[in-house]
Amino acid sequence: MKDNEKTTNIFLSGVGGQGTILASNILGEVFLKAGYDVKKSEVHGMAQRGGDVTTHFRFGKKVYSPLIKYGDVDFLLSFELLEAIRYINWVKPDGKIIINKQEILPPAVSLGQMKYPADVEKTFKKFFKDNVWVIDGQGIARSLGNIQAANVVLVGAFSNFFPEIKPEQFIDAIKGLLAPKLHDLNVKAFYEGRKAL
Amino acid sequence: MKKEIMQGNAAIARGAWEAGLKVAAAYPGTPSSEILREFAENYPDIYAEWAPNEKVAVEVASGAAIAGVRAMASMKHVGLNVAADPLMTLSYTGIKGGFVIVVADDPNVHSSQNEQDSRNWARFGKVPMLEPGDAQECKDFTKIAFEISEQFDTPVLLRTETRVAHSDSPVVLEDRVESKVVPGLDPKEAPKYVMVPVNVRVRRKAVEEKMKKLSEYADTFKYNIMEINDTSVGVISSGVSYLYTKEVFPEWSYLKLGMVWPLPKKLIAEFAKKVKKIVIVEELDPFFETEIRAMGIKIWHGKDVIPNMYELSPEIVEKALKGKKYKEPKIRVKPEDLPRRPPNLCAGCSHRPLFYALKKLGAFVFGDIGCYTLATAPPLQALHTTICMGAGVGQAHGAMKALGKDWLGKVVAVLGDSTFLHSGVTPLMDIVYNKGNSTTIILDNRITGMTGHQEHAGTGFTARQEPTNMVDYAELGKALGVKSIRYVDPYNIKETMDIIKEEMNKDEPSLIICKDSPCMLLRRAKPLERFKYPFYVVDTDKCRGCKMCLEINCPAISWREGEGQTKDGHKRKGTAFINKDQCVGCEVCAQVCKFDAIVPGTK
Repeated sequence: MKDNEKTTNIFLSGVGGQGTILASNILGEVFLKAGYDVKKSEVHGMAQRGGDVTTHFRFGKKVYSPLIKYGDVDFLLSFELLEAIRYINWVKPDGKIIINKQEILPPAVSLGQMKYPADVEKTFKKFFKDNVWVIDGQGIARSLGNIQAANVVLVGAFSNFFPEIKPEQFIDAIKGLLAPKLHDLNVKAFYEGRKAL
Repeated sequence: MKKEIMQGNAAIARGAWEAGLKVAAAYPGTPSSEILREFAENYPDIYAEWAPNEKVAVEVASGAAIAGVRAMASMKHVGLNVAADPLMTLSYTGIKGGFVIVVADDPNVHSSQNEQDSRNWARFGKVPMLEPGDAQECKDFTKIAFEISEQFDTPVLLRTETRVAHSDSPVVLEDRVESKVVPGLDPKEAPKYVMVPVNVRVRRKAVEEKMKKLSEYADTFKYNIMEINDTSVGVISSGVSYLYTKEVFPEWSYLKLGMVWPLPKKLIAEFAKKVKKIVIVEELDPFFETEIRAMGIKIWHGKDVIPNMYELSPEIVEKALKGKKYKEPKIRVKPEDLPRRPPNLCAGCSHRPLFYALKKLGAFVFGDIGCYTLATAPPLQALHTTICMGAGVGQAHGAMKALGKDWLGKVVAVLGDSTFLHSGVTPLMDIVYNKGNSTTIILDNRITGMTGHQEHAGTGFTARQEPTNMVDYAELGKALGVKSIRYVDPYNIKETMDIIKEEMNKDEPSLIICKDSPCMLLRRAKPLERFKYPFYVVDTDKCRGCKMCLEINCPAISWREGEGQTKDGHKRKGTAFINKDQCVGCEVCAQVCKFDAIVPGTK
């Protein structure tokens, strides 16, 4: 365990069906096994019906609140561009942002009533300079033969921020959470994601 | 020592199993549904059932408890309203085996019809209530709840809420220990369980004695914890509110209440002496505050600054208590300017054409609780009331009695299959008995949909997936005396409209049942097999850009702007577009299109 007692706040956001919950479950296993206290919180219920999904994930020596304090996010890990910009105000001035460059149109945009926000990446870079990374999770997953693995690509990219955790620790967590027939694909997805950042 | 990350609900199930639980019953409701699912899927030594409603769940579980085994009923906050009748009297009779009712509140109404604070049920019902804050406490408090139940011969309420039930944190696993109570029934105990006045008066006194003893117990209860740090401020709090406050004011002193009813009065008085100023942080009602003020203790801050509605969070607590000294984080983008992403009915959902039909008929729709409540949102806007399970059936009847025959053809009640079995049968009986003329539609999608696919008495499967009897809604309607019973295929909009119109116009009770329209996510019912084509496409030679197909609000259909014209020369400002990855081929949009511009696609 790191000697610093500070709690790290990771905010995951995406759209129902993108696999944010698996991603946060992987983080949970990894940081628990690494000796940290862990808390994660999400609102279930209607996510399967196309709504937005967010998870508050926190680890540290002792974690109290299951929710991150507004404005205190260290890492924003977002699976969709609109769902990234929606939470931009949550991130600390020196926070880091990792975004999957996918657009999923919400109904108001599909119906032609509103515009999808332009230049999400630019907006993030304006406020966070070099602390913004945009990953083509779908593209990488597609090159591996299954677009479903985009979430694990993102986890792979994200794993670079925790040098004290070995890649094998992530792999163990991925294998523990997925059926054996999905292991090969997701292990590859993890390493490709790790290389992508 | 084995440690696992667990959801609060899973930890409650684990705790109950470790405590020797034998019988569990529940009706699904967010955020409580996972508890019973855990029993059914992971704990074969516990009998677990989905009951038709929460009242039945409490009756089943309390029957098991009276027979001397440990039993649990779980439900969401509004479920306890339904189950309040048995609870209020079980408080008098007591039980034999430990009996715990889990009640899951939903501050901020993430997925509910109101925001009630269930702690009031503990005070009202004269039963103890525990409130955990994280998964480890969920497990520990569940275990001790069974002990309290047996020690004080009372049902025990375990209150959670969304941020506890649906948060995950590490839990230490222990072994199962069977209860020492010897199971069995004894007719000689009748005076304890037959609540006729002569016995009630005896038990009434027992209730007060129980609460007095529990009050003393609360003063030494090991999960009522005093933490003395900086004594300038002392916070009295519980559950997740304690965690939020501790997060932002770690330096203060705390009295964290694991038992939220009855309150540990001696302990509170002792704490008040140790600290200079008292702050009470609690979500929703001023429950502690009212009681503690009544004890004559001076309170520095409570509901004067802490909101009494919606949920709390670290920043809300910080802002409330720091006032002007709280520093707002910088606003970089205004979130209100961004398009929202509200939930929607799935592509192919049978509720979509049914509500489209009701909209076209111009009916006033008394609604209910389920996925179909989403039909109230624009552009469908075809559901006009939602109160509680079963309410719409009786309300449509009452409205027709009030308005008279002039309103025939204009009023209908709709509810889901699970909801009908929960609370829709008795009002349907009432319509027939009292010579009503309203129409009831059962949106039968073969499952409890919104809460994540729980079985019920109409699905043909038990909680453990064993095949069982399946309620026949038409036969049931007939037995209640309904003469006019029809089936509709919602995917045939024209025919559905004709049948509903005919039934609404009849001066007698009508029951309409949606047939062959299973939930799109219910794999075993093979919902896609009924569709002739895998997907539909827009024929841009014919699409006039009238946007009629957008009125059904299908997630697969979007608008593509661009001036142009049809093959036969009609000018247009854009066309509809169907995403074939999302389209399931339900054909509803093709039926809505007046220009035959939506046609079957080929692979």
